[in-house]
Amino acid sequence: MGLFSTTNKVSVRKPVVIMQRHHLQWLLLSLAWVLALHATHLPIWVNVSVIAAAVWRYHIEITGKKLPKIYLTIPLTMLAGLGIIFTFRTLFGRDASLALLVIMLGLKLLETRTMRDYVLVILLSYFLVANAFLFSQSLLTLAFTLPPLICITATLISMSHRHSQLSWQFLLKLSGGLLLQAIPVMLILFVLFPRIPGPLWGIPEDSYSDMTGLNDSLNFGNISNLTKNSAIAFRVEFKNKIPPQNQLYWRGPVLWHQNGSQWLVSSQHIGLPKEKLVTNGDAISYSITLEPHNRTWLLMLDMPSVIPNNPELNPTLTHDYQVITSQNVHTRTRYNGISHSQYRLGNAQLSEVERNMALQLNEFENPKTKALAQSWVDQQLTPKLIVETALNQYRSHPFRYTLSPPRLGVNSMDEFLFNTRQGFCEHYATSFVYLMRAAGVPARIVTGYQGGELNPNGHYLIVRQSDAHAWAEVWLDEQGWVRIDPTAAVSPARIDENVASALNDTTELPMMARQDYKLLRSIYLRWDTVNNGWNQWVLGYNEQKQFELLSKLMGKKYSLQYLILWMMGSIAAVMLVISYFLLKTTKTLSSPNQKHYNRYLAKLKKLGLIPLATEGAQDFANRAAVALPSQAQSILEIGEIYNSLRYSQNLSSKKSSAGKSTRMKQLIKAFKPNK
Amino acid sequence: MQVNQISSTAQATIEKIITATSRIILGKQQQIRLSLACILAGGHLLIEDLPGMGKTTLAHTLAQVLGLAFKRTQFTSDLLPADILGVSVFDRNTSSFQFHPGPIFTNVLLADEINRATPKTQSALLEAMEEGQVSLEGNTHSLPAPFFVIATQNPKHHIGTFALPESQLDRFLMRIQLGYPDAKSERALLKNQGGRILAGSIHACVDAATLLQLQNQISLVHISEALLDYLQAIIAYTRLHYSNVSYAGGLSPRAGLALRQCAQAWALMQGRDFVIPEDIQAVLPSVVEHRLQIVGEQPYTNGISIGDQILNGVQIP
Repeated sequence: MGLFSTTNKVSVRKPVVIMQRHHLQWLLLSLAWVLALHATHLPIWVNVSVIAAAVWRYHIEITGKKLPKIYLTIPLTMLAGLGIIFTFRTLFGRDASLALLVIMLGLKLLETRTMRDYVLVILLSYFLVANAFLFSQSLLTLAFTLPPLICITATLISMSHRHSQLSWQFLLKLSGGLLLQAIPVMLILFVLFPRIPGPLWGIPEDSYSDMTGLNDSLNFGNISNLTKNSAIAFRVEFKNKIPPQNQLYWRGPVLWHQNGSQWLVSSQHIGLPKEKLVTNGDAISYSITLEPHNRTWLLMLDMPSVIPNNPELNPTLTHDYQVITSQNVHTRTRYNGISHSQYRLGNAQLSEVERNMALQLNEFENPKTKALAQSWVDQQLTPKLIVETALNQYRSHPFRYTLSPPRLGVNSMDEFLFNTRQGFCEHYATSFVYLMRAAGVPARIVTGYQGGELNPNGHYLIVRQSDAHAWAEVWLDEQGWVRIDPTAAVSPARIDENVASALNDTTELPMMARQDYKLLRSIYLRWDTVNNGWNQWVLGYNEQKQFELLSKLMGKKYSLQYLILWMMGSIAAVMLVISYFLLKTTKTLSSPNQKHYNRYLAKLKKLGLIPLATEGAQDFANRAAVALPSQAQSILEIGEIYNSLRYSQNLSSKKSSAGKSTRMKQLIKAFKPNK
Repeated sequence: MQVNQISSTAQATIEKIITATSRIILGKQQQIRLSLACILAGGHLLIEDLPGMGKTTLAHTLAQVLGLAFKRTQFTSDLLPADILGVSVFDRNTSSFQFHPGPIFTNVLLADEINRATPKTQSALLEAMEEGQVSLEGNTHSLPAPFFVIATQNPKHHIGTFALPESQLDRFLMRIQLGYPDAKSERALLKNQGGRILAGSIHACVDAATLLQLQNQISLVHISEALLDYLQAIIAYTRLHYSNVSYAGGLSPRAGLALRQCAQAWALMQGRDFVIPEDIQAVLPSVVEHRLQIVGEQPYTNGISIGDQILNGVQIP
């Protein structure tokens, strides 16, 4: 009976801590920052609902009403979940999960009352800030995450002072200070924490949906649209001299198959033998940092002679000299390549399969174009002369290089070559290849980028989407595949300089591709240098780079255990340094007098005489004097001098205070406590 | 330097006062010193204890020793404000109202058993205590300087008492309790004649001018930044709420000033021209205990007084 009697049980119930209004204000401010960070990643209704929930919660706080009951919050939560499913058709994936998390956080506000709830909201907010890096890992994103971080930390600090309201300046200062102090440890973890190849967990596929770049097919408008995009395609560092602008053809997908006005890659997966490459002259070696484009090809300078050897990319060379990887490029990738600008591609004889592919044309299309080509064949011109004649065709007629050509109908080549005569590189490349094929000269389209902009700050080349280009390769029996750029025939400036100098009206081009705005451009180039550094050194710090760096640092001893030891050691060192400075600042507060006095206290401590924190020096001296009657006199005098040195107005005479100080020093030196 | 010299003569004077007073009030050195500190700090004193403990004698003796004009009013439940402040009476010779000052027009007003009077009468004292003046029928009459009230009161739960309102309590710089004398002092007391008879025969040690001069010196006593920190920590402590104890209201700024002045007075009485933590600790219970109310039933927790609780709870910076 006694054993199980309930009276023996003491139920300890921790008091529920209700937070105050200023805590709520801080919390809502933090949430506002988090929401601002993600607003563009969320459906509008989620944004609106979270704001509404916050306003509702604050209204409750002001009016002193009760929080909504559970029979209201549970249906609301279900409704929100349904809304997410309805909007995204799923609850998973990056976007849907984020939206779900944000709306649940908003609803959580409606039952946020105690310290516990607040902490939950705070932790979720931190997590949401980190989520921003799922969308972008640029320096700008980093900058945008800082204000929410400081604000959330300030909220956390304000919550730990439950009874008093700290000023916002103090809170922000303290929060910033705390985050600053975390930087050394963060850096150590960044450098030393073992890197895992690939992401820690699978990043959902929809993360890559918004990437831009070249396509595996070519339609009219593809490239001219791309030209309006100033996003960076890749950056190139040359080991030696940068080749002249008109040599900078960055080879991408090679298009063979014509279908109406569309041209397709058709040979990537056909295991044709590689064409033979014979190179002359100096090798050009370079390394490319490719922005993720969610495709398989790696851009290379025409003509690649040594392909990258990154094991994680597993690059292979196709028969038409595209370098492709086994997986789509999802992350910023850096690879080295070697190319030659003087080469001969292909054997003496073009293989039958390739010849067929390079001559393929749809029938019953573009009769006028075909008739023009046929007239050249009838004149029994050599392939070389046919090429010349075709190029002359562009030069002699009033062709215009423009970003906004008129729309073309079914017989697009006829319309372009004989009527409109306005087009972009894609028009020239396709019409040229069409003419060649119609005249029996094997030809194919190569897409990629042409040119690039030198960043003088970092001495590297920036190639943008606006540098996208298409050109042709024709087979000449004596020379193999020869690069012919019909755009150059129409508009040499495009190749020798850049797209902006080739166009009369550049207003449609992105600002970065234009020649005006000198100052802005130079600022932008500097910013890009910083970004490039960030990409190379921070985002590009992968398993391999870590290995290289740490092997250099640690020599042959490099191993996982050694790494962890280093990590612990350096964190401990940082802590030591920080605590040294913390202790030093308190030390500077204490004068030499205090030091002497502390020495005296240490002597007394051996006898068990320790001053209480709430005991003044005089009281302590009285107590000690009673305990040590033989030394009572000096004990009392030390106490008195100490008090006067510490609390009296020393301004009146420095001399007397110095005298007192020496007197105390002597007394303490002579002081030998014994009972 | 100058401050030092003044304070050493001040100390001699003060010691003389204390010696003279302790000849009448036996075995109550500490209470006498506190009362004197209160008077030097220019504040009003409240003496609380059971009847017959020597409250009135102490007040009387202090007034005598300090050489001040002294008036005594016994507070009763039918005492009216006019009985203290004075009244205007029509003079037939001059055909005008003539103001007859009440007992308050003196240096020391002994308000005996102040909590027996009605709140109305108690609050009549308010202006006089705070401003040193009396406003009656549109005329303002200044009180002589120095002026202070020494009030005595019986513990609250005694029959026929009106508890002093907090506003009035706050106007008393200090509240002291006398307590029973120790056996030795009581024996001496029993041996001699009654203390109050002796008090009549005592000589003044100082005069009003000297007392004013002493009061002026209080503000010259240096209080360091570290000790202001200590004072602020004490005040902050009373304003917070703790799990084991909490106060109905923290110390007011006026209480903080009172604490400072009393500590300065205490330091001067020790012959120092600067305050040390012990000065604050010595005066703290008398200065703060009547201003703080513990929430809950018992005024004392575990037998520790409010003052000691604060002193134990706040570290000396």
